[in-house]
Amino acid sequence: MTSFPLQTARVHEACGPLSGSLAAVMAAQAGDVLWLREDWQQQAISPSGLAGYIDLSQPLVAQTTDQTETLAVAEDGLRDGNVPLVVMELTAPLGLTAGRRLQLAAKAGNSIGLCLIRDGMGSPAAETRWHCGALPDPDSAPEDSTLQRWALIKNKSGTLGVWHVRWSQSARRLIVVSKARE
Amino acid sequence: MFDGANRRVVSLWFPRLASDRALRVRPVDGPFALTLKQDNTNRIHCLNAVAERQGLYRGMVFSDARAFCPDLQSKPAQPEVDRRFLGSLRRWAVRYCPWVGIEGEDGLVMDITGSAHLAGGEAAMLCDLRQRLGRIGLTVQIGLGDTRGAAWALAHHGEGVAPPGEALAALGPLPVAGLRLEPVIAAALQRLGLRTIAHLAKAPRAPLARRFGPELLMRLDQALGTQPEQISPQAEPPHYAVRMSLPEPIGLEADVMAGTERLLIRLCDKLKQQQTGARVLCLTLRRIDSQAQHVELRLARPLRDPARILPLFARGIGEADAGFGIDQLRLEATQVEVLPSEQMGPAGPDRQDRLADLITRIGARIGLENVQRFLPADSHIPERSVIIAPAAYSKPEPFPANPRPRPLIMFPPEAIPATGPRPPQHFRWRRMRLTTMRATGPERIMPEWWLDDDNWRSGMRDYWRVETTEGRRLWMFYTPQNPGWFVQGVFP
Repeated sequence: MTSFPLQTARVHEACGPLSGSLAAVMAAQAGDVLWLREDWQQQAISPSGLAGYIDLSQPLVAQTTDQTETLAVAEDGLRDGNVPLVVMELTAPLGLTAGRRLQLAAKAGNSIGLCLIRDGMGSPAAETRWHCGALPDPDSAPEDSTLQRWALIKNKSGTLGVWHVRWSQSARRLIVVSKARE
Repeated sequence: MFDGANRRVVSLWFPRLASDRALRVRPVDGPFALTLKQDNTNRIHCLNAVAERQGLYRGMVFSDARAFCPDLQSKPAQPEVDRRFLGSLRRWAVRYCPWVGIEGEDGLVMDITGSAHLAGGEAAMLCDLRQRLGRIGLTVQIGLGDTRGAAWALAHHGEGVAPPGEALAALGPLPVAGLRLEPVIAAALQRLGLRTIAHLAKAPRAPLARRFGPELLMRLDQALGTQPEQISPQAEPPHYAVRMSLPEPIGLEADVMAGTERLLIRLCDKLKQQQTGARVLCLTLRRIDSQAQHVELRLARPLRDPARILPLFARGIGEADAGFGIDQLRLEATQVEVLPSEQMGPAGPDRQDRLADLITRIGARIGLENVQRFLPADSHIPERSVIIAPAAYSKPEPFPANPRPRPLIMFPPEAIPATGPRPPQHFRWRRMRLTTMRATGPERIMPEWWLDDDNWRSGMRDYWRVETTEGRRLWMFYTPQNPGWFVQGVFP
């Protein structure tokens, strides 16, 4: 699977109904995460769900009041470099300048930024953009995660592609399901 | 050291401390009183001399006092400020001797043993005390004796000096109340005819002890010096502030940072001596137009390392307005916490330190309480099994293993049209037409009856994990007591 794990020192984007799942997998691989969200949002990444991926005592959550604040804090966090992954839940489209600033901050701190965006709100500055959806899978064991369809729909430095993956709760790793099975 | 007989103790009593302090701030002519609300009644707390001469007394109901004395001026009392004022008087009194303690609400006690000659002898020292206190507008009564008890008695009952070794002679004529007794005991002694200390000292001890308990004789012995009593000087609380005045005003950010660094080094030395670390720092930049800029820094954990604190100040200093220049810097640790010395590790700052710096930096922007971490909670209700707490005021705690998979995304329950205790075969959710492929469950979760939670009004819930042919796996629940189906989460 190319382009995953996400390239460091860059900012990436994920959209689609299961974009949170990609963020969680990244958090599991990075170890530490700084998670930024706006405090008014109802739909939230639930900590007990996140517990299947990382040690819950690790992540830091920053509650911001609006996107401007989210971006400012994300820049601080990325440039700081002490947290390898900064996940930000964005609610509005990201302009080119803002996206570029995030890239510079990620480069300065050698950290990864991951924006969770709504469909179609991508920023031109993002390194890669993923669309994460769910697939039906009658054969799966119930304790496994949903079979997911991760489509790389933008890539600045490589080819696009589609992968079918699932998270193995017991092994705590990502399993790429071969397409031949379909 | 000195034995009891050689000690000399001064007791200062400020009979009108509160009103003297208030009148120092704003003098008034005529009768004046401070009032204090007690049991819903405004009572007189302290009076000035004029008011006392008019027959008013402490504890009187204020409206009565007002009726007796129509031109009485009043203000509400501030006991806390009075206490602080007494504390600063105590600090001032250290100029006479190192052993100064606070006596009750309105007095000081000083052990001047061996230091009276520095002020030119006892008489000269008392004279100096009286003059200086009088000059700042305080009424004072001074007693001097061999013991704390004797000095107290003299100060409170007609001032005086008891020559060394002659406590009984000086105290004898004073009323028994001078022995720091409970008013009830003093009144009972009076009724027995033991009006003065001399009477009491001559009375047989055993019946007195039986009748009034050991307290009375202890007080008598303390006053006469047969039983020792200590004077505890109060330790000065450590003061965490440093400042620097500049010969020429500065305005460049780099200059202010350099000045701050010097102050930080001095402050951190102080913190190190006291084994404390700063939690909140306040940097005051005084400008030449007498305006002041304040830069507050709230740290995610106590620190006393200048090299780590300084970069955290950068943002605040960058935002401060230098105006025409800054000529004084003052740095104060307004909140400190205990931080014992630790052995140095081989590597640099560890993960906790680095995270704490990040929390501080982010907290400076969005508020320290908005940077949070997860803590385990003891609840089986899914939404409440994890608490979110400010990271700066909590420590990471290990989480228990959660055997049941929980959804990654949760939202307030969204009702869907369906009936029956089994998950519906077809349903609509968020304008999507979904078909159940497989359902796992139910997991019954009961509401916590000891908490009143509106969301759980519908009673217990049977949670199902529903896999749809469209791919999504939803977390749905059925409420048997109040039939209805809801979607509450999405599994990863």
